[in-house]
Amino acid sequence: MTDLEVRGLDVRFRLGRRSPRYVRAVSDVDLDLRPGRLLALVGESGCGKSVLTEALTGLLPSTAEVRGSAHVVRRSGAELDPAIGDLDLLDADERTLRERVRGRLIGLVGQSAGSYLTPTRTVGAQLRETVQHLGSGVDVGELAERVQLPTAALDLYPHELSGGTAQRVGLAAALAGDPPVLLADEPTAGLDRPLVDHTMDLLAATAHEGRAVLVITHDLRAARRAADDLAVMYASRLLETGPVADVLADPWHSYTAGLLAALPGEGFTPIPGHPPELSALPDGCPFRPRSPAHAQTCTDDPRLVAFGDRAVGCVAS
Amino acid sequence: MSLDGRTLTGGWRRGHAVVRDLDITVPRGRVVGVAGPSGCGKSTLVRMLALLHQPWSGHVAVDGATTPRVRFGAPASLRRRLGVVFQQPRAAADPRLTLDELVVEPLRAAGERDAGVLRDRTDDLAERVGLTRELRSRRPHEVSDGQLQRACVARALAPRPAYLLCDEMTAMLDASTTAALVSVIGREVERGLGVLTVSHDEPLLAAWSDEVVRPWHW
Repeated sequence: MTDLEVRGLDVRFRLGRRSPRYVRAVSDVDLDLRPGRLLALVGESGCGKSVLTEALTGLLPSTAEVRGSAHVVRRSGAELDPAIGDLDLLDADERTLRERVRGRLIGLVGQSAGSYLTPTRTVGAQLRETVQHLGSGVDVGELAERVQLPTAALDLYPHELSGGTAQRVGLAAALAGDPPVLLADEPTAGLDRPLVDHTMDLLAATAHEGRAVLVITHDLRAARRAADDLAVMYASRLLETGPVADVLADPWHSYTAGLLAALPGEGFTPIPGHPPELSALPDGCPFRPRSPAHAQTCTDDPRLVAFGDRAVGCVAS
Repeated sequence: MSLDGRTLTGGWRRGHAVVRDLDITVPRGRVVGVAGPSGCGKSTLVRMLALLHQPWSGHVAVDGATTPRVRFGAPASLRRRLGVVFQQPRAAADPRLTLDELVVEPLRAAGERDAGVLRDRTDDLAERVGLTRELRSRRPHEVSDGQLQRACVARALAPRPAYLLCDEMTAMLDASTTAALVSVIGREVERGLGVLTVSHDEPLLAAWSDEVVRPWHW
């Protein structure tokens, strides 16, 4: 059983070597990934969602300035696993990340997984190599079966795969090291609805086997279908978190409500205005300029305030 | 006046037609949705209607005018009436150009030289699709998919096309950006723009289109 506890995660990129200005991609984010649960992180494009996964896997460019902590806590029963101990991913050196974290502790599924595959080798050969490199001893046939990849697909080259099949190969590769934590960045972008549903169901199944799974998506319908928990991100901050059914049935933050009302079939009304530039974030609540009703009251610190198992970053909502 | 495909048949490999005997009409001022699963030939249809892919038989008529040639071989007067927005903005945008340059390029290509006109038109479009001044000076790798797709919509609308062909335009976009771009295009539809939108997202087609056609009967 492995938890991932992210506390006060802050990622900035300096605009130019001597520039005093920053792009704030992630601001003060607290997140808990729990074994057996799928957490969906939703938000508009460009809000910093992807940077968050890159920070957790040490894949940010060297220009990034990262603060906060991301502790991996592995428990067998109530005991801490000494092999992992109390590893802080944000503090780990490249060697630790390479040899112990990526693939082994954290599996990563990228957007359009097909583009990560070597074009000149078959799917099966690449999965076997991944398993061998990670030394997990996972059987490739079983791996394929688990993600419902047809055995025939193992003999195909990446360009022969459809989008949905490529995504399943990506998931199989991420599971090759049997990692207890799985991060998926937009795993359903560009897929049609039946394939979106299928991919999300597979991810939910991998979570319910006991993994802690984070799925980054802009697709609220996909989140509603498969997630246990929801985190809503806007302009580098989390604005609302909680069990997905509760949050979507009764959103507390006006931004979450706005996203729901923008769905075709549920109003199709865009949220007025535009997200702020991450290089010019306003003080206080970043959503305030788009929420006129709250303009006077929302000058406070937008930190999340917990109420039971939910939390919201806007006292006025 | 309409954009018409008549008995269009075509594909990419000999003997494997993905579009067969297809008739479609996109009237001005209307939004026609085309539904179908991944890989059924929706994008091929868009490319044929956009005069980017040669049909094996049948023809495309732009306001009644037909041409036997495609791409740069087709008369500019016809091509200029067609705007296209593709699914993957990153694959559709020259990485060397700023977003502003992306939007201006088709206007320049159409022969507009007046700097004031170019600036006014770009400002107006950027404002409507929601690109801030700072974003407009960035290059594709410095913006998100959603921001880049906003620029691609502005680019397609810049030369004031009569018809806009959207190939899974919103597949990479979040709900609010989708709704925002659809409403930007909606205002052009009120002014007479004909839209063909291809998607596998049924709720989106139901909310956006005046009619939905299913040429592939799934």
